[in-house]
Amino acid sequence: MNTLGLYNYWVVIVLMMTGFYIVIAQGNLIKKIVGLSIFQTSVFILYISMSTVSGGSAPILKEGISLYSNPLPHVLILTAIVVGIATTALGLALVVRIKEAYGSIEEDVIHDKDEKEC
Amino acid sequence: MTGSLLETMLSLTIVIPMLATLGIIVTGSNPNLREIVSLLASLLVLILVVNIYQAYDQGESISVFWLEVIPGITLSFRAEPLGILFSLVSGFLWPITTLYSIGYMRAHHEKNQTRFYACFAVAIAGVMGVAFAENLFTLFIFYEILTLSTYPLVTHSGTEKAKQGGRVYLGILLSTSIAFLLVAIIGTWQISGTLDFSSGGVFPENTSTSILSILLVLFVFGIGKAAMMPFHRWLPAAMVAPTPVSALLHAVAVVKAGVFTVLKVVVYIFGIDLLQTLPATQWLLYLAGATVLLASLVAMRQDNLKARLAYSTVSQLGYITIGALLAVSAGIIGGAMHIAMHAFGKITLFFCAGALLFVGQRQYHRVTTNRRQLEQVVLAGGHTGRRSNAVNGCFANKLFAQYCLPDANTGPRVLFRQG
Amino acid sequence: MLATHLPVLQVIIPLLAAPLCVLLQHPRMVWYFALLVSAAAFVTSVLLLQQVLETGEISYALGGWAAPWGIEYFIDSLNAYLLLIVTSISTIVLLAAQTSLAKELPDDRHTFFYIAYLLCLAGLLGIVATGDAFNVFVFLEISSLSSYALIALGKSRKALIASYQYLIMGTIGATFILIGIGLMYMATGTLNMQDLALRLADIPESRTVYAAFAFFIVGVCIKLALFPLHQWLPNAYAYAPSVVTAFLAATATKVAIYVLIRFMFTIFGVDFFTTTGPWQNMLLVLALFGILTASTVAIYQNNVKRLFAYSSVAQIGYMILGFSIGTAGGLIATLLHLFNHALMKGALFMALAAVTYRVGSVELESFRGLGKRMPWTMASIVAGGLSLIGVPLTVGFISKWYLIVALLEKGWWFVVGLILLGSLLAVIYVWRILEAAYFSPPENNPDETPEIREAPLSILLPVWILVFANLYFGIDTRLTVDVSRLIAQGFFGVSP
Repeated sequence: MNTLGLYNYWVVIVLMMTGFYIVIAQGNLIKKIVGLSIFQTSVFILYISMSTVSGGSAPILKEGISLYSNPLPHVLILTAIVVGIATTALGLALVVRIKEAYGSIEEDVIHDKDEKEC
Repeated sequence: MTGSLLETMLSLTIVIPMLATLGIIVTGSNPNLREIVSLLASLLVLILVVNIYQAYDQGESISVFWLEVIPGITLSFRAEPLGILFSLVSGFLWPITTLYSIGYMRAHHEKNQTRFYACFAVAIAGVMGVAFAENLFTLFIFYEILTLSTYPLVTHSGTEKAKQGGRVYLGILLSTSIAFLLVAIIGTWQISGTLDFSSGGVFPENTSTSILSILLVLFVFGIGKAAMMPFHRWLPAAMVAPTPVSALLHAVAVVKAGVFTVLKVVVYIFGIDLLQTLPATQWLLYLAGATVLLASLVAMRQDNLKARLAYSTVSQLGYITIGALLAVSAGIIGGAMHIAMHAFGKITLFFCAGALLFVGQRQYHRVTTNRRQLEQVVLAGGHTGRRSNAVNGCFANKLFAQYCLPDANTGPRVLFRQG
Repeated sequence: MLATHLPVLQVIIPLLAAPLCVLLQHPRMVWYFALLVSAAAFVTSVLLLQQVLETGEISYALGGWAAPWGIEYFIDSLNAYLLLIVTSISTIVLLAAQTSLAKELPDDRHTFFYIAYLLCLAGLLGIVATGDAFNVFVFLEISSLSSYALIALGKSRKALIASYQYLIMGTIGATFILIGIGLMYMATGTLNMQDLALRLADIPESRTVYAAFAFFIVGVCIKLALFPLHQWLPNAYAYAPSVVTAFLAATATKVAIYVLIRFMFTIFGVDFFTTTGPWQNMLLVLALFGILTASTVAIYQNNVKRLFAYSSVAQIGYMILGFSIGTAGGLIATLLHLFNHALMKGALFMALAAVTYRVGSVELESFRGLGKRMPWTMASIVAGGLSLIGVPLTVGFISKWYLIVALLEKGWWFVVGLILLGSLLAVIYVWRILEAAYFSPPENNPDETPEIREAPLSILLPVWILVFANLYFGIDTRLTVDVSRLIAQGFFGVSP
């Protein structure tokens, strides 16, 4: 097992756990969305890493090159990035509305306000 | 009588009370019209049931198939002796109770009378469905219909006490039927592949006795309406209902549906011979005996008339269960006869209790006005249900005693002497 | 000619119709349009089901690109069954949308509502119809994002928080699914479901495959709200607009269960599920916990919508229980319950929509005395409640019957006792509502609140269509049982 060669995957794991931890541990709603973004980015890197073929070049047709990296995961990641952007946009829009309605974007403050209302 | 006419009549015994429910709801605003619908339906059902009995007596076989719900399991009905007996008892007592209800409800100026009569009609449909069910599935459906339709009748007065009583009632009946009876039914289906009531039982020859014992226990406890201890509390709790309800339903229809189901299961699902070989039968017999004894003791300590009658009913149902579990044909006959006898006796007692209520007397020790006359009435009704020289009650008792003695079941014998 | 393109039309029609709603600004017009589109989707699903039952599976290559390189829509009996459920519920629920939304949403927001609704519908249909694993993820996100938007349209500000929480949890779930799919691709080199099934069978069990399986299961379980990953569901259902709750409760989690079945049984194979790893026991235990705890929590809720949301979590537990048995009988029970639960919860939440419309709140307090003032609505809640409990002659009983039969076949007597306990808990929470409605005096004087009368026909009609379906399919079980048997036969090879 070539640890250094799997450097990409270690990065994936670190980012994934960092992002996940931020989502769970942070109380600020925008920071949660940041964590979510980091979490999703790690998955992108996972896909891209798996698409590299050792010795292959970038998947752009060119004369004289016979070995290309796999373009399919790149395409999948483009889709996933768009999905990620849409999710972030929606999440931020919700945060704006929540700020208007509650006056705060800290989870515990919002929770207290809801409890008092009940 | 042609076959298809008889089939229609069998279906009608269930359909007419259902239609009566609609009729009652529709004519709700006109009390007299509404009462006529009830009376008419009850008389029609009585006529139908008598006709079915006569046709069966002449050797006709009457059965009708409604539809197939699950592959292999149908909603169908068949007339057979136990069912005919039960339907005759209920069919005869429904018109009488309707008359009594009309007087009672109007005299007390009760509210929600339409809901009362409508639920009553649905309950009678449930009773007829139980009586004529050809298989366990059909019986289970109408058994549940009976539970659900009698709930609004129990909580009729809408007071906190009534609601509490209703909760106990529904809680115990639904719990036992869902947790035990349904499992027993599905287990029976798994093992034997059929749910039809067949003489001699449905289980194949080599079924393990321990599994059958478990099924028997599930059945007996699952049939909560038979008020076996410890699942008997619903019956005293149901006494918050108006007296006509207590009279017909909790002296006749609901409780008798319970012990009727026990009899049917014992005779047609297990088969008498099989029952004798199961170890669980002995234990359940002791439990039934205990029910008889304990319920009677508790009844003696009750001051409230209806509570006293309720515990007495629990005790009497124990007798019928004993008759079923003795697993001899005379026991079955005794049990079936007691269904009829106890029904007539208890309903009279309840009617008297209702009459006493009208003059404001709920409690036993306060019955002082016109005591002698009331005593005559009460004792006359009581004789049929109690061990004494009234003909029929004695006959049933003799059958029990006859077959208890040769069996080494000394327990039940002692209980009968205590009476 | 149209017939050959049915699989893609099923998804394209709502997808293209969604942005077209922008052209129609008037609430009534856009409602008609959405209803029309949903009805067209329903007709398509019926035709697809007929086609599948007659001629077998349909394979449709999108854009003419052949599988496994191109995206393939593969419709077999399982897909067709789910498509039927989703489109029928969508159409019936939309019937009431116009009236119900009039009081819950400002007029200028209606267009956005229908756009999001049609996108959600397209997304759900896409998840079911597709035969490509990554396509599932794409449509999953389309439906999820639009449902976040739909939930956030609720009246109370709690809807915003509920939608946000759902967004966070849902995205984590979807990302886990993405990881799972990525790992599957890594191991086999294909994304087509049929191809994946073939190739995964050849690979000796490697860590990649196990990791893919694990990530995938967790991701899907978040989406289908299996205990303890159900945290998002109660708030999301409680605070969303009533029509949205009815639609999502009856469809979204069912589609997630479909994804579970498809990936577990088709792609990984029944043997993988039953022999490698503790998956069966894990799902069994979580399902049982879900049933018992969710039912218990439901008893203590005062908000009736939240009560039924917890009840949904319990019912999902039943479905996963059937699935975890790992036999044909268990799968049949799950498939039946998919259909039946959609009917039950659809009817119940639509009835709650009626109550919200007239009374303005779904707190248990405001149900007092409604039995008299809204008789038809309350009768429908009685029917739906009895179905939840599993009273015979209702669909709930049929599901319960098959589940108990499957459990007894496997010999799991203990589990039977626990699920019946769940039924009894259901009796308690249903009875709380009925006691309040029928046996308690109204809290405010009927003369002072004349607007609390029976719900309008436009809401009552869909409610009663669903109630009659509840009773009809509880008595005539041919359609559901036959299709479920067929599906199980396809997976297990032998019908029970």
